[in-house]
Amino acid sequence: MTEVEVKDAIVKIIADVAMDEDVTSIDASASLRDELDLDSMDFLDIVMELKKRHKITVPQEEYSELATLDSCVKYLTPKFQ
Amino acid sequence: MSRVVITGVGLTSPNGNNLSEFRKALLTNKSGITHEEIRHVGKVAAGVCDFDEFKYQKKKTRKRGTRAGSTAIYCAHEAVIDSGLDFNEADKSRMGVYLGITEHGNVETEQEIHDLYNDHEMDVTLWSHHHNPRTVSNAPAGEVALNMKITGPAYTIGAACAGGNMGLIQAYQMLMLGDVDFALAGGISESVRTFGIFAAFDSQGALGKHDNPELASRPLDENRNGIVISEGGAIFTLERLEDAEKRGAKIYGEITGYHTNSDATDFVLPNSERQIQCMQAALKRAKLDFKDIDLVNMHATGTPSGDTIECEAVSSVFGYSENTYINCTKGFIGHTMGAAGALELAGNLPSFEDGVIHPCKKIENLDPKCSLKNLVNGEPLKKEVNNILNNSFGMLGINSALIVSKYIK
Repeated sequence: MTEVEVKDAIVKIIADVAMDEDVTSIDASASLRDELDLDSMDFLDIVMELKKRHKITVPQEEYSELATLDSCVKYLTPKFQ
Repeated sequence: MSRVVITGVGLTSPNGNNLSEFRKALLTNKSGITHEEIRHVGKVAAGVCDFDEFKYQKKKTRKRGTRAGSTAIYCAHEAVIDSGLDFNEADKSRMGVYLGITEHGNVETEQEIHDLYNDHEMDVTLWSHHHNPRTVSNAPAGEVALNMKITGPAYTIGAACAGGNMGLIQAYQMLMLGDVDFALAGGISESVRTFGIFAAFDSQGALGKHDNPELASRPLDENRNGIVISEGGAIFTLERLEDAEKRGAKIYGEITGYHTNSDATDFVLPNSERQIQCMQAALKRAKLDFKDIDLVNMHATGTPSGDTIECEAVSSVFGYSENTYINCTKGFIGHTMGAAGALELAGNLPSFEDGVIHPCKKIENLDPKCSLKNLVNGEPLKKEVNNILNNSFGMLGINSALIVSKYIK
């Protein structure tokens, strides 16, 4: 998958988790926690959806890689291959 | 000694999403029972509510929480609005949330197991981390506290189908003790969303059925064949009288008596002797004679044996009273389980004001064993109502009788 396709897949998951928030104009470099009012349970949901939808496992010690949309794409693109 | 009064009502029932709609439905013969497709069970009569889940809750917290929690949040907000309390200015640490439940966690657990077998190939690492906060038994009350930022006590009372009355009794006690100043209390049920409860009642030969779903719940009818399972909720705001008067609140009624006891005889079959004792003890606490009760709302679920046993008990306590009239609610809405006591009380509360008793849904073939004197059947009855006794009983032999009286200064 290209980085653009990975980004789309991640945004879809974030949209399903954030639900009430508008994800169409996320600042890719900003903290997802601050920008979308996400909490630790939401990040667990994102990790779970990555596993369910794409069979990607994110070890607990690497959760910090999911801090921004940019870092998500950078970290997850190799895992999507 | 303090007195405890009801100052607000919020509810959702299969035939109405507020007190006015619900009351109108009960007075105009409107059923809330439909045929629903229940997983593994098939088409079955049930009562489902259609309140707006997102009126007071965000989509994300709804997804994270439970149907019972969502129902409770809706009812709690509606009750507070109805009470006229300046909620933003009120001390949330002096508020309590006390909700009766029949059970909690079956819906969520069944869903996880369904997903585990059908979608997750038995991979338990995909089991939701939301499972625990969803299935703890305080969930419906805790979700209300979270949503409304109430920091006083918030918990549920597990009391089978006596839950609705027990929530109110708990709140009454906490107000009398001075533990809280304002209580949100009643009962909640999401049971209609678990196939297990349908399957279990069916296995027991106690699931209400009829080709016309509106006739599946027939308390006291000779042809009744069981319980129609429904969901719902009713939450009241309760306050000490002096607090309610100080802020000029509308007072729906006063809790004047209650009692709860246990059959200690059977897992599922009720016991008329204990029911009699329960009603009599409630009358004693209220300092009322049986003839003072204008209206008895029966638990009457529509099972052949349960209704007969309760009729024996009601007849024994009130059979010699010309003043006492009897109704039951489940013919219209089915059995809303943990919500039943509170919801059915709500349906009768307006009688203090309008002087009308809502009827039982028309009983076509009254069971001779249930032929109670002064049964209000099919048509509303004009009558001044000053005291209501509300029965709610549950499995494992829990009985509750709650007496609510017209507020007199």
